[in-house]
Amino acid sequence: MGVTPLAIMLGLTAAALWWLAGHEDYRPFMPGLVEGAAVTMRITVAGAILAVAAALTAGLARLYAPAPLRWLAVTYVELFRGTSALVQLFWLFFVLPQFGVTIDAFTVAVLALGLNVGAYGAEVVRGAVLAVPLHQWEAGLALNLSRRQIVARIILPQAVVAMIPPWGNLFIELLKGTSLVSLITLADLTFRAQQMNQTTMQTGPIFTLVLLGYLFMSLTITIGMRLMERRAIRGLGRRA
Amino acid sequence: MIWDWAFAIEILPRLGQAAIVTVQATVMGFALAATLGLGLTLARIAWPRTALPISVGVELVRSTPLLIQIFVLYFVGPEIGLVLDALTAGTLAIGVHYAAYCSEVYRAGFEAVPRSQWEAAEALNLNRGTALMRIILPQAIPPVIPALGNYLVALFKETPLLSAIAVLELMQTAKIIGSESFRYTEPITLVGLFFLGMSLISAALIRLVEARITQGVRR
Repeated sequence: MGVTPLAIMLGLTAAALWWLAGHEDYRPFMPGLVEGAAVTMRITVAGAILAVAAALTAGLARLYAPAPLRWLAVTYVELFRGTSALVQLFWLFFVLPQFGVTIDAFTVAVLALGLNVGAYGAEVVRGAVLAVPLHQWEAGLALNLSRRQIVARIILPQAVVAMIPPWGNLFIELLKGTSLVSLITLADLTFRAQQMNQTTMQTGPIFTLVLLGYLFMSLTITIGMRLMERRAIRGLGRRA
Repeated sequence: MIWDWAFAIEILPRLGQAAIVTVQATVMGFALAATLGLGLTLARIAWPRTALPISVGVELVRSTPLLIQIFVLYFVGPEIGLVLDALTAGTLAIGVHYAAYCSEVYRAGFEAVPRSQWEAAEALNLNRGTALMRIILPQAIPPVIPALGNYLVALFKETPLLSAIAVLELMQTAKIIGSESFRYTEPITLVGLFFLGMSLISAALIRLVEARITQGVRR
């Protein structure tokens, strides 16, 4: 879908949330859910930063690093892509303490989700870098630039443009993945919803609000990434 | 003692039983996703008017977490008279969620078939339905099979979410074993290894299928 229909959906979602927030059946749940949404957003942002850092490191290591580092990157990617995000979360939360390493739930959430998405992102980085035409590399060589300069100044800036749309999808996956942290006792949006559901049994209103809340956040990410993509394309001097 | 082999071997049969439920949920969920996804795409082609509501629906399903969708189906369903047992509700939610993704994959497949194929079918006096089923569909599906395979693996890795509504699949069983024995290391690690093994095997299978298909398409 284009940006305009997405923006219309975002507007409708916001309007629906606003309208429901004033409704007496829904109003009591708003403060708790807003707090939960704040936790969800914090995990998403922190996880996204970690994911981008891990993806760039692993993706570039897989392409340019010496063999042992390259193997490490491949192992990381396959391990985190090959097992379930929930299993990773549980492993870090329940199993790691038995090896004497205890990490608080928030850090576990950011680590597990960030590294999980980062593993998928590493493949995105690798694909985008490989998609930059080879003659760009040759042109860099002809200008007597060092390997590092070629990667940092010539290849990456062009690869970033191709990375933006898949990263948009990955950030949505990350946002949706944060709902799993409710299962390791973090009070995110999903956790608050379950808790309120158990105490009030008002299942319909609560989950309606939660769905709208997630929808609002996803659409914001999608639209933001689309706008960023347009800018990046313009920055390269190609048609928007 | 951090890792207890005797305990690991002792719990294997129970985890094996649970793995059957996981595989069941995967197969049924993916069957639903693949057929419903294709149905949505075909509806979009056959009746262009349905394109907007379908793409809004797909966007809605893709933008909200699967876990919440499972909860909604399982907890809100009974309020509107839809009482499902946990496994059915969970499998249904997974199936519908991935149908949204699959429909986009199929759509890409159909869009990749050259327009001239439609025109050639028309020139041969085939009606739209026949052209779609006999000419377009057989060309649209094979190229997207690897992409569908990737979603099968992704769906498989989402099945631990069913533990949240107490389906006795792998993760839930591992958690129960953990809470009974206070040993989480072996059950959760074994579950992780099971998923890793299955994912690597299916990734290899997908590459094999991909190689086969690209061979078949080359003229």
